[in-house]
Amino acid sequence: MAKNPEHRDLFPGALEIMILQSLRVKPMHGYALVKHIKHVSDDLLQVEEGSLYPALQRMLREGWLESEAGVSAKGRPTRIYRVTDAGVGHLEKEVVSFEKMFSGITRVLAVAGS
Amino acid sequence: MMKRIFARKRLYTEMSESMQEHLAERTEELVEEGMPREEAERMARREFGNIALMEQRGREAWQWQKLESLLVDIKHICRRLGRSPGFAITVVLTLAIGIGANTAVFSVLNSVLLRPLPYPEPQQLVSLHLNAPGAPGLAEFRSELRLSASMYLTFAAHNRAFQSVGVWMPGTASITGLAQPEQVNTAQISGGVLETLNVPAFAGQWLTAADQDSHGLGRVMLSYGYWQRRFGGDPGVVGRTIKVDSQSRVIAGVMPRGFKVVNYDFDVLVPLAFDTTNEQLAGFSYRGIARLRPGVPLAQADADVASLLNVWMDSWSNGPGSDPHWYLNWKIAPAIQPLKDTVVGGIKTVLWVVMATIGVVMLIACTNVANLLLVRADARQQELAVRSALGAGRWRIARELLLESLTLGLLGGAAGVSVAYAGLRLLTAVGPAELPRLSEISLDGWSIGFTLMLSVLSGLLFGAVPALRYAPSRRHLTLLGGTRTVSVSRERQRGRNLMVVAQVAMALVLLIGAVLMIRTFMAMRTVDPGFSDPASLQVMRLSIPDTLVRDPLTVTRMQNNILDKLTAMPGVSSTGFAASVPMSGAEPAWNNIFVEGKNYEGDNVPMRLFNFVSPGYFHTAGTRMLAGRDFTWAEVYDMRPIGIVSEGLARELWGSPQAAIGKHFREWESMPWHEVIGVVQDVRENGVDQVSPATVYWPSMMQGIYGPGTFDSRRTVYFALRSPRAGTQAFINEMQQAVWSVNANLPVADVSTMQDIYSESMARTSFTLVMLAIAGTMALALGILGIYGVISYAVSQRTREIGIRMALGAKKSELVWMFVRSALVLTGVGAAIGLGAAAGLMRLMQTLLFGISPLDPVTFTAVPVVLIVAAALASYLPARRTTAIDPVEALRAE
Repeated sequence: MAKNPEHRDLFPGALEIMILQSLRVKPMHGYALVKHIKHVSDDLLQVEEGSLYPALQRMLREGWLESEAGVSAKGRPTRIYRVTDAGVGHLEKEVVSFEKMFSGITRVLAVAGS
Repeated sequence: MMKRIFARKRLYTEMSESMQEHLAERTEELVEEGMPREEAERMARREFGNIALMEQRGREAWQWQKLESLLVDIKHICRRLGRSPGFAITVVLTLAIGIGANTAVFSVLNSVLLRPLPYPEPQQLVSLHLNAPGAPGLAEFRSELRLSASMYLTFAAHNRAFQSVGVWMPGTASITGLAQPEQVNTAQISGGVLETLNVPAFAGQWLTAADQDSHGLGRVMLSYGYWQRRFGGDPGVVGRTIKVDSQSRVIAGVMPRGFKVVNYDFDVLVPLAFDTTNEQLAGFSYRGIARLRPGVPLAQADADVASLLNVWMDSWSNGPGSDPHWYLNWKIAPAIQPLKDTVVGGIKTVLWVVMATIGVVMLIACTNVANLLLVRADARQQELAVRSALGAGRWRIARELLLESLTLGLLGGAAGVSVAYAGLRLLTAVGPAELPRLSEISLDGWSIGFTLMLSVLSGLLFGAVPALRYAPSRRHLTLLGGTRTVSVSRERQRGRNLMVVAQVAMALVLLIGAVLMIRTFMAMRTVDPGFSDPASLQVMRLSIPDTLVRDPLTVTRMQNNILDKLTAMPGVSSTGFAASVPMSGAEPAWNNIFVEGKNYEGDNVPMRLFNFVSPGYFHTAGTRMLAGRDFTWAEVYDMRPIGIVSEGLARELWGSPQAAIGKHFREWESMPWHEVIGVVQDVRENGVDQVSPATVYWPSMMQGIYGPGTFDSRRTVYFALRSPRAGTQAFINEMQQAVWSVNANLPVADVSTMQDIYSESMARTSFTLVMLAIAGTMALALGILGIYGVISYAVSQRTREIGIRMALGAKKSELVWMFVRSALVLTGVGAAIGLGAAAGLMRLMQTLLFGISPLDPVTFTAVPVVLIVAAALASYLPARRTTAIDPVEALRAE
């Protein structure tokens, strides 16, 4: 995956929100998760593997996710990640604060435009 | 914790499983898109990125990051040390010796000086010191005025400052009726001694007031050691009867192991029997101890005793016609001190000096280790630079360097404990005999704590140098290193130079201390002690108690008999006896004397040391007769009023030894005038570093205090034998047999040669000397090694510069001189600093010096000169290597 020159760093916590939201819809394994985010965002967002796997471990430690043995789409053994209740709680909290921030930014931009 | 670690292993596996599957799936996808498998795999991998790094990041989410990266660091350090065992062993050994020596000395210091005395509530214990600055002459042989029996009785009855007061004195007694007659050490104690020390009996019970019986038949107590040795620890011993000085005494109890009366290791406790109504003012021979009431400060106790001294003079007398308030002349004043100060005594200075000395050696060792670490860090410069470039933080590199030195420090400390253990055994073996509390010396928790602290501190100390050098600044860290720089950077050399200066300064201080001690020792050796050839002078002590032989005349005859038997032994050239021999520490007899024809009205007459000698004693001891002659046995038995005086006394009273002959003196008014028949040289009674007291030598048997027809004999005397066989076991056995052939109930004690006594009196000096000499030698060796190392490193670093200089025509001798000169400058600066420090520090050693100033100009000149010569040599050797450098090679290299 060549670096997209227009790619911007996500703000802190954004990766977690996307992972939690994606897994809330459907438990997935790592590769599926990458593809899912890429697909859903119409290639606008790319998740780097270098960030994904450490993030998954952090979230496992925090208790937002749990993992279980499973098989991939190609039938190979892998880990399937699933959101826990705590993970759902965290996601909702984060989404609220994200929306607040987003609306704030929108307003500032609107003032600048007029 | 273990559970977490195992759980973590599984988590890590799961994580890599996930990642492997990710790669595999991506590869499949690319293959499906038509890419060859090999290329697809490479592509997937490239997209994915650094798997190892990602795994580590993932793992870090689970770790106690700080601790584990610490463990990893330590693992790396151990691995690296293992790769250069020579370096590791050198450092650890240096530290082990340094730390071990420090721990050993600290253990002694702690056991002797710091740890409280082994009695309950020891802070309440005091010794009743009295000073008598108004008693002239006393100071020549006594540092204090001991207590008299009447003083004790007054203090015990009327004091307000103490819970209990007691007096005691060391003594000896012969125990008979068990096996061979045996001379044992006794502690004669008044009431109040056991109460003051307050250690319960191990078996049986304490002596009670009823035992302080003026007829001298009270019970006795045994020490644990004597009980084990003589009675095999038999618990039935309490209530049994033993013969002490031929008198039957019941054993009241046994004191526990390690119990001492102040610092005196006794065998038997014997009650003192004071006559509570008929004691005199005089008889100043007892040591006083007391337990303060809680909260009473020393000053208040002093005031209490000072007021009691008046009560004492009001209550007692020295007999009809004497003025009890005459003692006001002596200006007796209490100087009560904590009992611990009495126990520790003069060894305090020695121990602190030795501790400081060893500490300085440790500093020098640390400096050397720091130097080694610097060289090592220099060699790793490239590696550190690479790591720094890859983003390793400064703190991280500093931490690793510090961690390395800490690891070395702790390893050194661990090895140091065993060195300390061995050192302690050595120290207690060679340490001065006067070292108090010897049996209490041990490696305890404090010592181990001290070792740990020292290990960490030294690790930080010598680790800080390279850490500070390499961590905070990246200026000097270039990937290529300094290989193309023309010469070594000044800054890097400066650190090393500073260390050399510090080492030289410290070594100089130690060497000056050592040389001053050597000169002290030599000065002491040249003092004529008042006896000759001590190695061939055999001495033993023998007591004839009045319970064994009541009649004084018989005592003298028996002693004369023994002398005859001893003289008849093969190889004995001369014999004699005296009430005390020099430096033996026996409690001296003393009083004033009056000279015929002199008016003493209102005078405060000086005190003189008394000794009582047999004919032949001076000849045997090698004490020179300066004028007149010795006593004869005929004169002794006739009880002729004659005496011999020391040279100093003769000069003081009559101007010269010759003028003293035929003059008369006496001790008290009703005593017949005694004629001076001889003058002997001065004797250093209390050690060669003490003044020779003015001494009167009386015959060993004299007319008693109650007038003609009464006798007074010395019952405890030291026999002296001059023989080349002195000190051999066969000789000692023959001596014992000779004594037993006169009376089978007479045990001999304190058998030693005069050499032993003489050496022991100098033990403190020789101990300090040995310790300082060892430390000084180590310091010198380490300092020279340091100079050698620095110059040789400089030479290797400046090869290129040397090459250029040679190419430009510099002479080889000039190049050598360039390096030697830099070493000399460093040494000179270090020596100057060291001289300043020594001038200040040596004053603290003043009490240990004799016959030499703490600023002795010879020492203060010779030591720096020697040091500078040594430094010149140490730098010349590596500097000479420059001559072997081929300029072409040097310039072409790299």
